[in-house]
Amino acid sequence: MSYIVVQDLFYIVFLIALSVPLGIYIDKVMTGQKVFLSRAFAPLENGIYKIMGTRSDEEMGAKKYTLSVLLFSGIGFVFLFLLLLLQGVLPFNPEGIKGISWHLAFNTAASFVTNTNWQAYSGESALSYLSQFLGLTVQNFVSAATGIAVLFALIRGFVLKRQSTIGNFWVDLTRATLYILIPLSFVIAVLLVSQGVVQTFSPYRAVTTLESGAAQTLPLGPAASQIAIKQLGTNGGGFFGMNSAFPFENATPFSNFIEVLSILLIPAALCVSFGKAVKDGRQGRSIYLVMMIFFAVSLVAITACELFTGPGFNGVAASGNMEGKEIIHGVGGSSLWTVVTTAASNGSVNTMHDSLTPLGGMLPMFLMQLGEIVFGGVGSGLYGMLAFVLMTVFIAGLMVGRTPEYLGKKVEPFDMKMVCLIILAPPLLSLLGTAATVLIPAASAWLTNSGAHGFSEILYAFSSLANNNGSAFMGFNANTVYTNVLGGIIMLLVRFIPMAAAIYLAGNMAKKKTVAVSAGTLSTTNGVFVGLLIGIILIIGALSFFPALALGPIADYFTS
Amino acid sequence: MENKSTNRNILFDSIRQSFAKLTPRVQVKNPVMLVVYIGALFTTALYFLSFAGIQDENSGYILAIAIILWLTVLFANFAEAIAEGRGRAQAATLRRARKDVKARKLKSKDNVNESTEVLSADLKKGDVVYVKAGEQIPMDGEVIDGAASVDESAITGESAPVIRESGGDRSAVTGGTTLVSDWLVIEVTAEAGTSFLDKMIAMVEGASRKKTPNEIALQILLVTLTIIFLVVSATLLPFSSFAAAQAKAGSAISITNVIALLVCLAPTTIGALLSAIGIAGMSRLNQANVLAMSGRAIEAAGDVDVLLLDKTGTITLGNRQASEFLPVNGVTERELADAAQLSSLADETAEGRSIVVLAKKKFGIRGRELSRLNATFVPFTAKTRMSGVDYQGTQIRKGAADAVKTFVQEKGGTYPEECERLVKHVAVSGGTPLVVEKDNRVLGVIYLKDIVKNGVKERFEDLRKMGIKTIMITGDNPMTAAAIAAEAGVDDFLAEAKPETKLSLIRDYQAKGHLVAMTGDGTNDAPALAQADVAVAMNSGTQAAKEAGNMVDLDSSPTKLIDIVRIGKQLLMTRGSLTTFSIANDVAKYFAIIPVLFFSIYPQLSALNFMRLTSATTAILSAIIFNALIIVALIPLALKGVKYREVPAGNLLDRNLLVYGLGGIVTPFVAIKLIDMLLTAFGIV
Repeated sequence: MSYIVVQDLFYIVFLIALSVPLGIYIDKVMTGQKVFLSRAFAPLENGIYKIMGTRSDEEMGAKKYTLSVLLFSGIGFVFLFLLLLLQGVLPFNPEGIKGISWHLAFNTAASFVTNTNWQAYSGESALSYLSQFLGLTVQNFVSAATGIAVLFALIRGFVLKRQSTIGNFWVDLTRATLYILIPLSFVIAVLLVSQGVVQTFSPYRAVTTLESGAAQTLPLGPAASQIAIKQLGTNGGGFFGMNSAFPFENATPFSNFIEVLSILLIPAALCVSFGKAVKDGRQGRSIYLVMMIFFAVSLVAITACELFTGPGFNGVAASGNMEGKEIIHGVGGSSLWTVVTTAASNGSVNTMHDSLTPLGGMLPMFLMQLGEIVFGGVGSGLYGMLAFVLMTVFIAGLMVGRTPEYLGKKVEPFDMKMVCLIILAPPLLSLLGTAATVLIPAASAWLTNSGAHGFSEILYAFSSLANNNGSAFMGFNANTVYTNVLGGIIMLLVRFIPMAAAIYLAGNMAKKKTVAVSAGTLSTTNGVFVGLLIGIILIIGALSFFPALALGPIADYFTS
Repeated sequence: MENKSTNRNILFDSIRQSFAKLTPRVQVKNPVMLVVYIGALFTTALYFLSFAGIQDENSGYILAIAIILWLTVLFANFAEAIAEGRGRAQAATLRRARKDVKARKLKSKDNVNESTEVLSADLKKGDVVYVKAGEQIPMDGEVIDGAASVDESAITGESAPVIRESGGDRSAVTGGTTLVSDWLVIEVTAEAGTSFLDKMIAMVEGASRKKTPNEIALQILLVTLTIIFLVVSATLLPFSSFAAAQAKAGSAISITNVIALLVCLAPTTIGALLSAIGIAGMSRLNQANVLAMSGRAIEAAGDVDVLLLDKTGTITLGNRQASEFLPVNGVTERELADAAQLSSLADETAEGRSIVVLAKKKFGIRGRELSRLNATFVPFTAKTRMSGVDYQGTQIRKGAADAVKTFVQEKGGTYPEECERLVKHVAVSGGTPLVVEKDNRVLGVIYLKDIVKNGVKERFEDLRKMGIKTIMITGDNPMTAAAIAAEAGVDDFLAEAKPETKLSLIRDYQAKGHLVAMTGDGTNDAPALAQADVAVAMNSGTQAAKEAGNMVDLDSSPTKLIDIVRIGKQLLMTRGSLTTFSIANDVAKYFAIIPVLFFSIYPQLSALNFMRLTSATTAILSAIIFNALIIVALIPLALKGVKYREVPAGNLLDRNLLVYGLGGIVTPFVAIKLIDMLLTAFGIV
């Protein structure tokens, strides 16, 4: 118990301590200032621009920026799709794994391009090394970088005055990858290798186990490099099917701590970068605080659920609900990971979410259903949160007798349209996806559970897909034509509709002049605002999902 | 008495209108209420289907739901109708003033004898008409010849006639007003359908009312919430049927209940009252005798953070008053007062009278008959810039310091050093010095003080707390202006103001991101009015000024600007507060409905029914009855606007959050429970 408290406090302190300098660094990188890596990487950066045929000072409007994002993601999607289909005839395939089915390839390509990393396959049996490192790892980097790029386009929208452009996507993408993601991944990968996470191109190894001499195949591969970015980029797609519950992905308590820390590191740091970029640290701090409050409350709640509401075994004291958890992580390490991975749109797991207690399982589901804005995806979490901030500003701003404004920019009809698109897409797709699936007569056959828990399994799956999280509750058989195609479409829609809306919002904001601040201006940094923002997020989230949750985990809780 | 009957008329008229507004053509304009409308149609259809044996609920229950939904729609219509009611009554009065009259159209503007009679409706821009006392001015225009007093009560409600004359800033006349005396030659500046009166009718009636940007943005938010709740409610059909199959108990929820749930959750309260709030805001402005050319202008008024206020009339009383006699060496104060009083006895200006009053107050010098003294009054002229009196060989003059100085010196007198000092002292402390001389001997200085209005300092202090800067505009020299500015507590001042300096001041503030409001009347104010974000033209002003502004103050009162800001802020606050209230309501409605909704599938969920509502029927009925009644209950608030105080934004937010946020969460819990108890008492279970 006290170990869990110490672990959680240690985590939060570490996260805050690391996110501040990293946030300052990210702001410098994305606003084109010199950083310590500039000297080493600048020639490379310029080389990349030359190859791409872009100039670093070429500015884009919202339309061009959006088209560039879509073009880049589209090419990445097609490339990955073909790679997965054709992996059987391509090199780096020591196990001779065949190409996967078209619908699984579609789903996987959509999943990794959208930073979801929903996996309807097991990496070790379905993918070649080439698919893993050239396909998935590359998308792990660039999908995260795309999120950072779009976030900074939006931030520029707030900062710029009477401008028609919001930066250059290719430059943002290159800088985010080169100066932020690659160096950080390198550090994390080395640390992971030091703990025993595998990094090799050798074929799988057959071993004889001590247990009655049975033969076992140990899957290997270039895992550490992919796992570093899988965590840092809030991707979450495991190299192996068992994800971070598997020792070759997550070998020791220390590797567990590093991995769980790297999930929230960049999303948290971006709050700091936001404050820096808008030249008002308090703005970033209040958003950071809102995210942290959601996170901390969820962490306490889920840990308590797992510790105290687990099934009792004839009065035998158990250290909480250990079903589906790794002994090495225990209730504390598993609860922490569960909250972190669903607060961020990471989705990697070190425990079986399906085996969480009913209310314990509701928390990660609800964290996703909030729209992946409690830290959320790299970049996407913060621009999603900013949409909620604008909505809060809109309602609160009216209450002080002015037409609403945020960071000096008036919030007008077009802005509200974009804000609503960002906020609307995830809950609608979650609910509609779930509804479509329960209408299929065969649906209950795909589940490992019946009753309210069975409904939870479907609801969880679509909450995960429609929020680009990618974590699986398990128990829901994911690899069918129906789920692959529907899931793929949902992931693409929920990634790119809000993303395009965020860019257009940026474009519209950049065109405006800035209104002066006075005593009549609504403060967006004080405690009342923080409370109000939390209230609006909760109300929208709760109002959207309370009925569905009542039929799932809540009914599960009352009936079990 | 008459007021009462008007109110009753408005009420009956509004009830009639609530039914008239049931046509789909009107309903589609309000997406949130359209959902309720469709829900009402749907449940009505379900009710009739139940006779054919197709029923998902007890038909009496379906009927009850249908009736409550229709009432909800009617209540929303009623809110809008009653908000429009006052405007409609006002428009009817205005229409009476707009009757067609015969106009005397002149062939040439120099000859008033040669004219043809045409109907006012046929007048074109540029036509010249001749109007005599007792006649109605046929169309808006500019006076090009003559001067007359005009009764403008038809428009302003103010019965005292006003002077209209050619040239200067009082040359604009409005069609529909009546000449009380003399005659005017008027060049027509508007045509039938576009006249001021036409615009005014359209405005108060709300016919030309367009949704303002902020209203549209809020509408988008409300539609978004409605879409979410539509999907939340609709998906409950498959969810509950799946859950029922899984639990092997109960059945899917009924369409009737899905519709009831949707109507409860959709932000119907604010959806129903939104347009009423906007119309009522406009109407409050009209009651303050201000006509806004667009709803956008009222919202801008809420955003204004710099007010340009004319010194005279707004900050100071219109007239300066004598406050002290400052004699030079060797002259007693009484001697100075005596001379000053004598020279002012026949002076009809307010300054002159105040000198007489001060002399009486200080030394008991009583009024004297000038004729008995055999005195002649020398009036003030722009050339001499002095006035005075000549009697029995004695000459007294008072006037501007430099004028008196020249006058004395020209006649060989000396202008004492000390007098210069006194003059400067008065100017520095914000007053106007008047130098008095008697027979070439300078006696001293009268201190004419600008009297700052009572309470303005506190008013400006309040405005400052709200983040609104006040800037005094005056033609005075910087020294005097600074003193008055300090006394009145304005944030800044513009001295020796000219139209160009005003314009550039506005531009400067706007460049720094401020929104500026100002009042103006003269033609030379037009550029500044056009530049300002909120520009209030005085009705007494010129046509050019009225066209440049986005509001017209029919009272031509310089303090109106502050009221306009208040009305603008109040409008926005009402909108925000009721939105918050509406959304906060949903929390209680959920707790009322959800636990009982799935009762047949998971009876264990009634553990969440901590309101202890009797049954699913009473819970759902209570929630939608509350939903309908709260609209009616909030109509007075929507019309009157939420309470407004001049405090910083933070305090306003705290207060409104407490009242409408927290209140919005708590109220429905209590009300729904009460309605449930009533329904149970009446045996509806």
